[in-house]
Amino acid sequence: MADNINEVRQQHWTKTRNLTFLVLAIWFVFAFVLPWNAASLNSMSFIGFPLGYYFCVQGSLIAFVALIFFQNKMQDKIDDEAGLSGE
Amino acid sequence: MKGSFIENLGRVYGMYTGGFLVFVLLMALLEQMGVGADTIGILFVAFTIGIYALIGWLSRTMQVDAYYVAGREVPAVYNGMATAADWMSGASFVALAGGIYFGGYGYLGFIIGWTGGYVLVNSLMAPYLRKFGCYTVPDFIGTRYGGNLARFCAVVVLVLASFTYVTAQINASGTIAARALHIPFEAGVWFGLLGILLCSMLGGMRAVTWTQVAQYIVLIVAYLVPVIWMSNKQGFGIIPHFSYGDAVARIQELEPMIGLGVAAVDKPPFGGVKILSTPHFAPGGGMDSWKFATLAACMMMGTASLPHILMRYFTTPSVRDARRSVAWSLFFIFLLYFTAPALATLTKLQLIDPNLATSIIGRSFEEVQNLAWIKNWSSVNMLYLVDSNKDGILQLNEFFMRSGIVVLATPEIAGLPYVISGLVAAGGMAAAMSTADGLLLAIANALSHDLYYKIIDPKADTKHRLIVARVLLIGIGAAGAFIASLKLTTILGAVAWAFDFAMSGLFFPLVLGIWWKRANRPGAIAGMIVGLAVGTIYLYQVRWGGMTPWMGIDHLRFGIIGAGASLIAMVVVSLATPEPDAETQAMVDEVRVPSGEAILGQDH
Repeated sequence: MADNINEVRQQHWTKTRNLTFLVLAIWFVFAFVLPWNAASLNSMSFIGFPLGYYFCVQGSLIAFVALIFFQNKMQDKIDDEAGLSGE
Repeated sequence: MKGSFIENLGRVYGMYTGGFLVFVLLMALLEQMGVGADTIGILFVAFTIGIYALIGWLSRTMQVDAYYVAGREVPAVYNGMATAADWMSGASFVALAGGIYFGGYGYLGFIIGWTGGYVLVNSLMAPYLRKFGCYTVPDFIGTRYGGNLARFCAVVVLVLASFTYVTAQINASGTIAARALHIPFEAGVWFGLLGILLCSMLGGMRAVTWTQVAQYIVLIVAYLVPVIWMSNKQGFGIIPHFSYGDAVARIQELEPMIGLGVAAVDKPPFGGVKILSTPHFAPGGGMDSWKFATLAACMMMGTASLPHILMRYFTTPSVRDARRSVAWSLFFIFLLYFTAPALATLTKLQLIDPNLATSIIGRSFEEVQNLAWIKNWSSVNMLYLVDSNKDGILQLNEFFMRSGIVVLATPEIAGLPYVISGLVAAGGMAAAMSTADGLLLAIANALSHDLYYKIIDPKADTKHRLIVARVLLIGIGAAGAFIASLKLTTILGAVAWAFDFAMSGLFFPLVLGIWWKRANRPGAIAGMIVGLAVGTIYLYQVRWGGMTPWMGIDHLRFGIIGAGASLIAMVVVSLATPEPDAETQAMVDEVRVPSGEAILGQDH
């Protein structure tokens, strides 16, 4: 029984960690990669904005908000499946 | 009674918001009836501070967990609003749009950094710290790594980072109070402190939580209403946020025509004002990109290490609620942060586009000089005009202004009624007060809980602990107000430094405490001491020692150096010393599980 609990916890942590790495990878793109290349992105436009500018003032911000809501949804699922939601 | 308050939150704050809007309408009516602008300004500031003080009084408590963590019963959405108010400082409210106006691409690193940081908070910190059940951030360090030295180092970093920040907030609240109430700046600072302490002293975290929710509502209304009203009046669209792309294009078209980048000839007789010289958005790649990324990285890692933000997530009922409230925090912060660039763009266009009636660049010098808003703000040294080339026409390099003008004068530039200016003053005051409250409480709680109770006198009873906490709150507030009244630093410099200090000393000890089981006490102590020392020495050398910044890492970014040193020291020392005992490792495993009891008991 004790082994079983440990195994569930181990799996839960592995999934949590993988989700965190995925979230941080997406975060890295919007926080660094896109603003870094703002100059070249500016040759494209999006709803009337130069694209590079758009990411710096709005696009990345929206992505961060959506990313956290997405992460929480996935994490809730991981917690519920392992029976560790605490609620 | 307490339970029913939590159940009725929606109704209480709904009535409060309605009441505030009625108050704004009443002020508008008074203005129509001929009541002077000064009186309206005073009424706005006095009325809102009165409400906050009332909430503070109603939330008074003598219970330890209500005082330190608001009884851990704050629902996620409300904690999100409180965090947003805690987070958005006087500088965010007053200076952010101005920073974008003047700073172009380089400044947008702040926008990305101050929002993206919450992804780190949510991924790496908040849920785990909530599971831990600590009262303060040093509480986590002290328990995870064990020993008073580790706890003490964390207290030192916390006090340094938060105190740097709080003086800037008291300064901002003093500036606004002084202008609205027509009292000298020094008196305004002490008046601001009084308002701040009224919110926090009697009820600690519980009182600060419920006043911060009220302050968020005032500050977001005060930020959005003028921008949307101005946009409608000037024909920039009903909701300007998604349609100002044309304005950006128009500014870029006008920039070469109005002589952007021509240096000023005359020097203004007072400091703080500058001409517009940076293009609205012209990233040059290479070094520009590097500077953007390093600034954003500092602000993000700083966000994830600032104790007054992290401690807000200790107040939720569960781990899941802690995560949810991070999401709501960022959403509420986002509402202001994606408005600021729209405001900066539209204000700039209004000033420089000759096709618009509000423009001043390229107009007759005499005509501009006699505009009411120009006269108002020149008289308080926020603006300066000089006809350097004597052609009788105002050129871009002859128009100096302070960055705060972009927010403060928008209503006047666009010709909105004065009631909107009063609303903006109340919003700025709410932003500065709510942040100052969170910071003062973070410092006083660390000193009273971690230094006094955990280290100096572990046998102190509840009453004693809470009295010490309050005495410290007053003492630290007074020290902050005294330093603010000396006007030593500019607001923004000090704010960025707080992030750098926090990330230098705390980021890796916190993250690795959760994510690396092997991290041990000597490693954490080394990480905090080396990180803070290296960061501080680098700051001193770059800012005052005449050193050339290494790879463009200037005084705003010194956290990169500090946190880098902290990481190396922590990993090397941890690996060179024995691994933590089995009990500590089991504790780390337990922190990673969202269910079950908190690690620290309810009344530790």
